[in-house]
Amino acid sequence: MVSAVENRSRLHPHKFLLWIGIASIVMMFAGLTSAYVVKRSFANWMEFSLPKVFWVSTAVILVSSLTMHLSVKSFKAHERKKYRTLITVTAALGVLFAILQLYGFTELHEQGIQIFGVGSNASASFLGIITGLHVLHVLGGVIALLITFFRAYRTKVKRYDATPIEMVATYWHFVDILWIYLFIFFSLT
Amino acid sequence: MSSEAVLHPGVAVAHTEGHHDVHHHKQSFITKYIFSQDHKIIGKQFLITGIIWAVLGGLMSVLFRLQLGFPDTTFPWLETILGKWGKGGHISQEAYYSLTTIHGTVMIFFVLTAGLSGTFANFLIPLQIGARDMASPFMNMLSYWFFFAASIIMLSSFFVQTGPFAGGWTAYPPLSALGEASPGSQTGMDLWLASLILFVVSQLLGGLNYISTVLNMRTKGMSMTRLPLSTWGVFLQAILGVLSFPVLFSGFILLIFDRHFGTSFYLSDIYIQGVGALPHEGGNAILYQHLFWFLGHPEVYIAILPAFGIVSEVMSTNARKPIFGYSAMVMSMFAIVILAFLVWAHHMFVSGMNPFLGSIFVLLTLLIAVPSSIKVFNWLTTLWRGNIRFTPAMLFCIGFVSVFISGGLTGIWLGNSAIDIHIHDTYFVIAHFHLVMGVASMFGMFCGVYHWFPKMFGRMMNSTLGSIHFWITIVGAYLIFWPMHYEGLAGMPRRYYDYSSWESFKQFIELNKFISICAIITFFAQFLFLFNFFHSIFKGRKLTSKNPWKSNALEWTTPINPGHGNWPGEIPEVHRWPYDYSKDGHDFIPQTVPVGEEDKMDEQV
Repeated sequence: MVSAVENRSRLHPHKFLLWIGIASIVMMFAGLTSAYVVKRSFANWMEFSLPKVFWVSTAVILVSSLTMHLSVKSFKAHERKKYRTLITVTAALGVLFAILQLYGFTELHEQGIQIFGVGSNASASFLGIITGLHVLHVLGGVIALLITFFRAYRTKVKRYDATPIEMVATYWHFVDILWIYLFIFFSLT
Repeated sequence: MSSEAVLHPGVAVAHTEGHHDVHHHKQSFITKYIFSQDHKIIGKQFLITGIIWAVLGGLMSVLFRLQLGFPDTTFPWLETILGKWGKGGHISQEAYYSLTTIHGTVMIFFVLTAGLSGTFANFLIPLQIGARDMASPFMNMLSYWFFFAASIIMLSSFFVQTGPFAGGWTAYPPLSALGEASPGSQTGMDLWLASLILFVVSQLLGGLNYISTVLNMRTKGMSMTRLPLSTWGVFLQAILGVLSFPVLFSGFILLIFDRHFGTSFYLSDIYIQGVGALPHEGGNAILYQHLFWFLGHPEVYIAILPAFGIVSEVMSTNARKPIFGYSAMVMSMFAIVILAFLVWAHHMFVSGMNPFLGSIFVLLTLLIAVPSSIKVFNWLTTLWRGNIRFTPAMLFCIGFVSVFISGGLTGIWLGNSAIDIHIHDTYFVIAHFHLVMGVASMFGMFCGVYHWFPKMFGRMMNSTLGSIHFWITIVGAYLIFWPMHYEGLAGMPRRYYDYSSWESFKQFIELNKFISICAIITFFAQFLFLFNFFHSIFKGRKLTSKNPWKSNALEWTTPINPGHGNWPGEIPEVHRWPYDYSKDGHDFIPQTVPVGEEDKMDEQV
């Protein structure tokens, strides 16, 4: 069905929705990290170092943000082939990020740190849940990228509109910044 | 469409020449009434579902009030109707706790949040700001269906063998985190969580739409300072919801992991008879309380902010006077929104809080009295020397102010930690929040339904029935909740199944009997409203004028039965605020009338 919307603002309403949605996601992570800080002051808190592979995954997601940025630029410059390549690379880096995060938890497990189940500690469980939720958000971005990717291969283009790819890019940069925040947060606390 | 408008590709292309589904879209019954993307239909879907939940939630309260009012009386018909829940003619203990829990959950979330704000935010925002629809009609449709799914799941918990959750609407651990805690803590709690998570998603989808529609989709001339207060109310409640529901969501995620994945966020090494010690270590239920009340307290305002707006709008219209202190009304709502985020810990005064921290929360809590008082003052001054029309909507409007004052004053008591420690978890608390939040918000809802019914269905509700409904309801509400203050001050605790087992509380048997009889009468009086509502949809007096209340707001400029897209031609331009009543010799001047052209108004109205 066609949307029944007219608007007078220069900002696309769907972009506006995305920004408010991002604010909402920020509040969820703020709630979780605040809970982490509160719980940290209680007894039975275990200290451990973050897996080293998280440094690599941080680099991967930073690079993916760069490729995302370049893909938007190439879309706007009508360089379709370059755009498709960059979108593919970004999605692949997103998946690689998720794999590296999972690898990080395997590393923790090998060190004897339980994330869930009997013998787990809230500090490790928090790390598992918060980074796990972040990975889910990244994978949501990957799905959006895949949809954009397949759209890029359509031969018939009714309208050359940068709005969807700009929105995906905004979201992608957001999950990138969110991870940087989480990484610094866990490193410092 | 204004020449200044900037139309975004893919959003408005098909509608630049005016939108009306009669002319543009062929819709089936399913796309028009079931999976509708029209904000007006979605608003009605929220309303009808909210009404169904209000009846069910009210019925639950009648059942547990039977136990509280007549603890020693046997009602054999209860067993006939409720089976094992009513064995021997008494509500069983498990059923009692389930009923109180689900009553609280559905009344707060499904009726006062989804039913009230879902209805009026959806129905009013585009109509009052001059938009064709919400920013994303598809997401808007999803918000209703997530709510519907949440409703079905909550309802289904009544049919599982172990019954619905019974640990209180706040779902504090360990009762909520530990399956062994009570029968309802098993599948019932999982269903409760699943339902509430879907509900949060619904609220977020709706809230995102409300905010971006108000900020981004207003018609030409509709500045933020010209928004009707009803739109301000739902807009600000959406901001509260979008920022506080995700925190509750994060609390629920940790709860799910404690329940099913062996984590120790809330659960500690509790010893359970017959089971042994739990494998959890170091968990703390206080953490859950922080996360829960960070939403839980704003939730009070999520429920009442739409009512604030509705009441302001209806009061000005029916007092035939400009609303007194429009800017102060808006700023006080802003202040309430900000303070709502800073007071959650007043629900935790008895949790072992540092007294200094407690004092800070006392101060912040009491500060809310300032904007609340500003609002009350402005409502009273709007009524002062008004040419008041006592329509049912206006009666509920005045009733709202009355119960808001009565219930609000006791908030000052509860906000003081020193007094709160004495009356915490007593019937004083029940009386306070039912008056200030429950009854006031319900009055806001009734007020809104009576006022906008003609816009919703093109027919009028019966005003005599409406007035009778109002008088029974307000008298009933006071007779139910006033005595509870005295019980609470005397120390009678909430949540007790059989208080008559305690010698000190036996003195309240007669008073509780009185309260229960009043509750039953008040509940059944609501069927007057139900009859009036559903009968009027089909048989009510048809509207002959599109503006039956002679209101200034933009929604009354649409046709009597507006189609999808709201206005058949161009969206009208706005030239003034919506409260020009009794001005320059005119009874009312609609927002669409340019300044200086009031005398030509008759041609335009």
